[in-house]
Amino acid sequence: MRLWWVSLALLLLGACAPGGDGRTTLAIATVNNADMVRLKDFTRDFEASHPAIRLKWVMLEENVLRQRVTTDVAIGAGQYDVITIGAYEVPVWAKRGWLSRLDDLGPAYRADDLIAPIKAVVSLEGRQYAAPFNGESAMTMYRTDLFRQAGIEMPAVPSWEFLIRAAERLNRPQDGVYGLCLRGKAGWGENVALIVAMSNAYGARLFDEKWRPQFDSPEWKAAFATYVSALRRFGPPGAVANGFNENLAMFAQGKCAIWFDSTVAAPFLSDPATSKVSSVVGFAPAPDEGLGRSSGWLWTWALAIPETSRKAAAAREFVRWAAGPEYAALVARRQGWLAVPPGTRQSLYLDPRYRKVAPFAATTLAAINATDPVSPSVKPVPYVGVQYAAIPEFQGIGTEVGQQFSAALAGQITPEAALAAAQVAATRQMIAAGYLK
Amino acid sequence: MRSSRKSSVLFTLAAWCAALLVAFPLLWALLASFKTELEAVAVPPSLVWFDWTLENYRAVLSGSDYGAALRNSVLIAGGSSALALGLAIPAAWAMAFAPTARTRGTLLWMLSTKMLPPVGALIPIFLFYRDTGLLDTHLGVILLLAAGNLPIAAWMLYANFREVPAEILEAARMDGASLWQEVAVVLAPMALPGLASTFFLVFTLAWNESFWSLNVTSTDAAPLTAFIAAWSSPQGLFWARLSAASMLAIAPVLVIGWFCQRQLVRGLTFGAVK
Amino acid sequence: MSAPRRSRAYLAMRGRLLVAPAVILLLAASLFPLFSTLRYSVIDYRLLASGPHRFVALANYGRLFAAPGFLPALWNTLGLIGMVLAISIGAGLGLALLLERAVIGRGLLRLLVISPFFVMPPVAALLWKNLLMQPVSGLFGWLSALLGAAPLDWFAAAPLTAIALIAAWQWTPFACLILLTSLQSFDREQREAAELDGAGAFAVFRWLVLPHLARPIAIVVMMETIFLLSLFAEIFVTTGGGQASSNLAFLVYSQVMFQYDIGAASAAGIVAVLFANLVAFFLVRAVGRSLDA
Repeated sequence: MRLWWVSLALLLLGACAPGGDGRTTLAIATVNNADMVRLKDFTRDFEASHPAIRLKWVMLEENVLRQRVTTDVAIGAGQYDVITIGAYEVPVWAKRGWLSRLDDLGPAYRADDLIAPIKAVVSLEGRQYAAPFNGESAMTMYRTDLFRQAGIEMPAVPSWEFLIRAAERLNRPQDGVYGLCLRGKAGWGENVALIVAMSNAYGARLFDEKWRPQFDSPEWKAAFATYVSALRRFGPPGAVANGFNENLAMFAQGKCAIWFDSTVAAPFLSDPATSKVSSVVGFAPAPDEGLGRSSGWLWTWALAIPETSRKAAAAREFVRWAAGPEYAALVARRQGWLAVPPGTRQSLYLDPRYRKVAPFAATTLAAINATDPVSPSVKPVPYVGVQYAAIPEFQGIGTEVGQQFSAALAGQITPEAALAAAQVAATRQMIAAGYLK
Repeated sequence: MRSSRKSSVLFTLAAWCAALLVAFPLLWALLASFKTELEAVAVPPSLVWFDWTLENYRAVLSGSDYGAALRNSVLIAGGSSALALGLAIPAAWAMAFAPTARTRGTLLWMLSTKMLPPVGALIPIFLFYRDTGLLDTHLGVILLLAAGNLPIAAWMLYANFREVPAEILEAARMDGASLWQEVAVVLAPMALPGLASTFFLVFTLAWNESFWSLNVTSTDAAPLTAFIAAWSSPQGLFWARLSAASMLAIAPVLVIGWFCQRQLVRGLTFGAVK
Repeated sequence: MSAPRRSRAYLAMRGRLLVAPAVILLLAASLFPLFSTLRYSVIDYRLLASGPHRFVALANYGRLFAAPGFLPALWNTLGLIGMVLAISIGAGLGLALLLERAVIGRGLLRLLVISPFFVMPPVAALLWKNLLMQPVSGLFGWLSALLGAAPLDWFAAAPLTAIALIAAWQWTPFACLILLTSLQSFDREQREAAELDGAGAFAVFRWLVLPHLARPIAIVVMMETIFLLSLFAEIFVTTGGGQASSNLAFLVYSQVMFQYDIGAASAAGIVAVLFANLVAFFLVRAVGRSLDA
């Protein structure tokens, strides 16, 4: 019984919030990647230079964060003052009027320094609605030692046929080295991102101008069949459960000869503390089929301010500081150039001090510049986005399609059946959403 | 007898093997929490001969506010369990000692309230909490978890109370004991193992609940489930740090469990004791 | 000086008053979401779409039933529950039998056995998926390579089984503890008498111990079923869905998490409640007798 009273007392105590101290407190919701964790570590520096503002962090993994923030912003609950959203959300939410305009952050922010595609992907009708924090594209990573041993030379821009032929020669499962590692895990941000970006190089697109899904087109059949056959023949077992993290772990352990995935893997792979193959990893552009588009994709995590926030002025201060050159310089001074959030500003890639410690710098910048979110496919498209379509329905469509892709990789259905099922699912959702009759 | 001593030893050996097997994934995670990230996913795996490091614990403790998350978890789990038990004890008493024709139906209805997937109620509750200012408060989560665990608590207590001989309670009543005295002075000591184990079960369920605790909290009331969600699947290798975070999240409950395990075991008897 | 003997009716009224607070809270906590869910299930409410929420009657339900993944989800729900019950009760019984006869370090044994119950479901799923079941870098893969067999790609070949294994690992401690305490309270003399009469250990188990365990097993079945009906964290973390491993709760969850379609999620939620009540009805019929002894 006493326990009960104590608990009740504790609960009442706990439910009472302490009084404020006159400072504005910002609630920041963010994803838990390394760059964001680092930003959180620099909280004290921000609070020292902006004494009227206090920061409170909500750091969650990507899926949970997305659901929490979307629910909050859509209902207008106003729990967050600064949110971290991806390139996919920015146009959709900006169109709904949920985000404050961020095209007037002042000269100190140096908006002209942003890499062009990155700036385009966080803007709607030419106006910026989010401040990119880190950005990524995709590139080919390979084992220079294995290539040298087999006498293969990586061309300036590889094609998928080349990579697959190389993978065939380098695939030695009995020695624990697999020729080609690619994402297989179901998810619109996992396997779907990779396969859609790959399909762009084959001339495919997600929707035609009338919003009809295109999974039954010959280009899609070619791209997807190539993906499935290559990964099944020369990929590691269990590929169907491998996302970015799992493949990174495998390549870092020396188990992959070739890996095509996000540019954010490069710092991990080049660091001897996190990679066993740091001295023999090479970087090459994303595969290109010569049709006019590469297989690379474009993504950015950006800071945005919901319209419901009541502390917009303080929030803008924070965004200006965190996404601007000031924070980048601070991080470079304290923790070195490799710790600076990559993929957003040209000045970083032009700085010789960065290029000295980052052998992947030039390839990364070229990869980002090679993408065009407004015109991602060879054929005209009605949507924005390279490896996704910036429509609200895409997340649901992508989820279902990703599961079909995974099932084909696992051998449960044929690639043709998977594409047919994807077409049915996408069409069903587009009809329900009102794009098609 | 000699043969029974030998069989006891055999059984003990077998029991230890089985228990280690069951706890093995957790023990493996404990080991991984002291390895570097590369080591944690290395094959062939290393059992003892590796570079033991406390880096993961340091990173996790400095990167998130473990203390605040722990405090919130204790408040939320403790508060919701106390509330659930506070409501369940009278209800279980009534159903066990003053049953009506509707008692069985009530019990089954209580259990059936757990069948609606919580996601279906997310938006209405979210809106309700926003309008009443309960978002991101301890009280908000406590109410939800208490309602969720109340059926379990009522059911377990009911089963435990039924084993207490009604004559003792009646004798106390005839001696002039008020209802409060009957429950607190006579019933509670006899049913203490049952109360303890019910509290512990409900506490554990609330501790691990990862839907409401994530959805209606943000900065102030975020418990250990949010702490864990901060350390799982970022980009990059994370299993060593996630293992460290998990150990930190489990440790408090394990400690409590160790101290009250005898009560726990007795309380799960469900009345087979004669 | 003796207090007047309280009448039956007085007790009954007292009883109803005592049950009232619990019932009121539960009524509020269950009816409110239930009615809201019902209401949302008949309108078109998508978080990301603009425009007023139109009333669409049974359109959400229609789309749910027409979705190719719906029937597999129903079967998977049942399959998952069945597998987890079988594994957890079987292993729990075995563990309980062993633990009962063990003599050294019983406290630590009990702690080891109960520890999986304390792990948060997403963490447990991540542990099993990456540290154990990963064919290339997981422990199981390494062990099977040692034994000369090809590592099993759990989530491609047998995803539902893999998920059942993870869930069963978490619930076995619960089953084991309940069965253990029941075993420990079993009348030692009865068992020894039977053994003296010449009954073999197996016969003693089958005809004496097992019936005694009928009640605790029924309790375990009821409790686990309730929780397993709404299991989704493990599916979300490992396979992310798919027809081979989604259950009904995951369908509901994915509608909210990925489609932000509250209308569809609510319709699926109502169907889930109906399905769960159906399962519970048959369950109570099957084990209900053992429940109230």
